[in-house]
Amino acid sequence: MTMESSVVAGSEPTVEPRGFELIEREGLETNLLEVSMGPHHPSTHGVFRMDVKLDGETVTELRPVFGYLHRNHEKLAEDMGYLGSMPFTDRLDYFCSMTNNWAYALAGEKMIDLEVPERAEYVRVIMAELTRLVNHIMLVGFFVNDLGALGTPLLYALREREKILDLFEWASGARMMCNYMRFGGLRNDLPEGWLTKCREVVDAFPYFLDEYEKLLVENEIILVRTQNVGVLKPELAINAGITGPMLRASGVNYDLRKVDAYGVYDRFPFRVPMGEVGDCYDRFMVRILEMRESIKILRQAMDELPEGPIMGEAPRVFKPPAGEIYGRIEGPKGELGFYLVSDGTAKPYRYRVRPPSLVNLTVLEDLCLGHKVADAVVILGSVDIVLGEVDR
Amino acid sequence: MEDPSKSTTSEAHTLSDSVDLDDATRSEMEKAGVIVSSVDWLYNWARSGSVWPLQFGLACCAIEMICSAGSRYDIARFGSEVFRPSPRQADLLIVSGTVTKKMAPQVVRIFNQMPEPKYVIAMGACAISGGPFKQGYNVLKGIDRYIPVDVYIPGCPPRPEAVLHSLMTLQKGIRRQRTLGKGSNNPAYVEGNREYPVPSFSGKDLDPPYNPEVWQPPEKRPNMPEDGCP
Repeated sequence: MTMESSVVAGSEPTVEPRGFELIEREGLETNLLEVSMGPHHPSTHGVFRMDVKLDGETVTELRPVFGYLHRNHEKLAEDMGYLGSMPFTDRLDYFCSMTNNWAYALAGEKMIDLEVPERAEYVRVIMAELTRLVNHIMLVGFFVNDLGALGTPLLYALREREKILDLFEWASGARMMCNYMRFGGLRNDLPEGWLTKCREVVDAFPYFLDEYEKLLVENEIILVRTQNVGVLKPELAINAGITGPMLRASGVNYDLRKVDAYGVYDRFPFRVPMGEVGDCYDRFMVRILEMRESIKILRQAMDELPEGPIMGEAPRVFKPPAGEIYGRIEGPKGELGFYLVSDGTAKPYRYRVRPPSLVNLTVLEDLCLGHKVADAVVILGSVDIVLGEVDR
Repeated sequence: MEDPSKSTTSEAHTLSDSVDLDDATRSEMEKAGVIVSSVDWLYNWARSGSVWPLQFGLACCAIEMICSAGSRYDIARFGSEVFRPSPRQADLLIVSGTVTKKMAPQVVRIFNQMPEPKYVIAMGACAISGGPFKQGYNVLKGIDRYIPVDVYIPGCPPRPEAVLHSLMTLQKGIRRQRTLGKGSNNPAYVEGNREYPVPSFSGKDLDPPYNPEVWQPPEKRPNMPEDGCP
C-alpha cells in the first residue's frame, strides 16, 4: 500500500503537519499497524483507550474507546433524592469537585428559584477559582509529563496543589471530595483564619507561576513538540461544541463567566485569554494565562467578601415542580452543565450531565490525523480529560 | 497477609532471632567479622525495601496515589518510588479506584502478567466493595472476587498517609514470609506463578461472577440473594 492510499477514505486529515512532507514512495508496499493504546497505558490519563492505525509512525486512523470507568452516575442519581447526588458530583471530575458542586447546586437553585446569599456567592467564586488553579496546574504538570519531562514539573505542580487542597480540607473537611455546596448556599461557613491563609497561598502563587513559566514556556523542546501540533480550527471547534480553554485557544471568545455572568462574576473585571493558532502550545499557554486571571479574581473576591448568612431559605425537602432545567457553569475544563427533568417528586426523573471532557474529546481524531503517534499522546494531554467525567 | 497465629514458624524480625546459634559462637564469629543470618531474613529485608508498584490508575484514588509519590508524602522514603509502567517489572498492584465490569478483565490480566512474588493493595472503598457505586449495574463489588488482596485501604479516597501506612503494613507482611523449607508460607514459592482465569465481559455481566479459588460468597442469610451481595 502506498503512503497516499493508506490514508483511510472518508477521514481525510484535516490537519496538515507543517514542516514535514509526506514522501511519495512509489511501489513500496507498507502495512498499516494497529496499536491499542490503553486502557492501561502510562500516558492515557486514566483508563482511556485509543485504537490507532499507524503507517510507520503516522496516525492514519484513531478510534477512541471509553466506558472503562462507567460508574452509573446518572442512573444512581435518578434513584435518590436531589441532594443525595451532591457527593456523587464530586467524583465526576475528581480534580474539580468544587465546580462540580456549584454546577449542580446552580441547576437545583434554578428549579425552585432559590436566592443565594451574597456571601455564599463570593465564597463559591473563591472556591471555583482555587479549583481552576488546581486543575490547570495539574494539567500543565501532566502535559509536560507526557512530553517526556518525567517527574520534575509534575512534582512542582503537586507541591502547589497540596497548598490549595489544605485550604479545601480546612473549609470542607475533605481534600478531594469536598461536597461543600448545597442548594441555596454552602454547607458551612469559612473557618476562622481561613481567609488569611488563603491570601498567603494566593499571593505566593504568582511567584511559583513565574518560576514555572521560566522553566517551560520558552523551553525549546516544548516549542518544537507542541507548536503546530494538533491544530484545531475555530470553525471545527464551534461545530463540535468544544468549550472551555480548548475553544479559547482556537481564538473564539467564549467564556461562560462573561456570557452568562452567573453568580457574581459580573462584578469582577478580568480578561479572557485567547490563542491564535489553536495548537497544543496555545492550549498550554491559555491555561497558564487563565491562572493569572484567576488570581486576579481571587484577590478581588477576597477583598470584597461580605459578612452575612451563607445559606438561603432552602426548603427542608427538595421537591421541585414538574419541569426541566439546564444549569451550566464555566468549569475549568469547559461548560459543565446539569440537565434535570422533574416530575414533581423528590427524585429527578432524568438526570443528565453535560461533561466538557467528553465533548472536547470528540475532535481527538481530527487533531491527531497526520501526526506521529508520540504527538497523539501530547494532543490527548492538551485536551485535558478526566475519565470520571468522560464515562461518568 | 497470612494469619500470624496460624504461622508455624516464628517471625524472623531481627538478625539474631533468625539463626539458631549459641551466644558464644555468635560473639566469636562477630569478632572475626562474620555476621550469620538466614537467607529469609536477608531476602525479605531486601525486597521489602524495594517494592515497586505498577503505575496503574483507575479513578479518583489514583490521584491520591500520585500525591503519595509527590514531595510532601514522598513514598520514596519507603523504597517504593519507582512506579513501573509495565507489569513485568512491578511487584505491587495498587488497585486504585472503581473497577467496572468492563475493566475487571484487564485488571486480572495485568495481575497475571506480573512476576512472582507479587502483592495487591485494594485502595479505596470502590476497590474493596464497590463503595458508593456499589448499587450500580456496571461496578464490580470488590476486586478480591478475582485476585487475592493483601492489604485493604478504606476511604473515599484514602489520604496519601493511608497509602503509606498500607505500604508499611505490606512490608511487615513481606518480612514475615518464609521462603524455603517446610514452613514456607510464601505463595510465590508454594504455589508457583499464580495466574487466575480472566473473566469475560459479555456486555451484561462478568462470567464467572467470582473466582471460587479466591473468594467465596458469605454464608447465606435470610433475605440475601443468590450471589451473596445484598
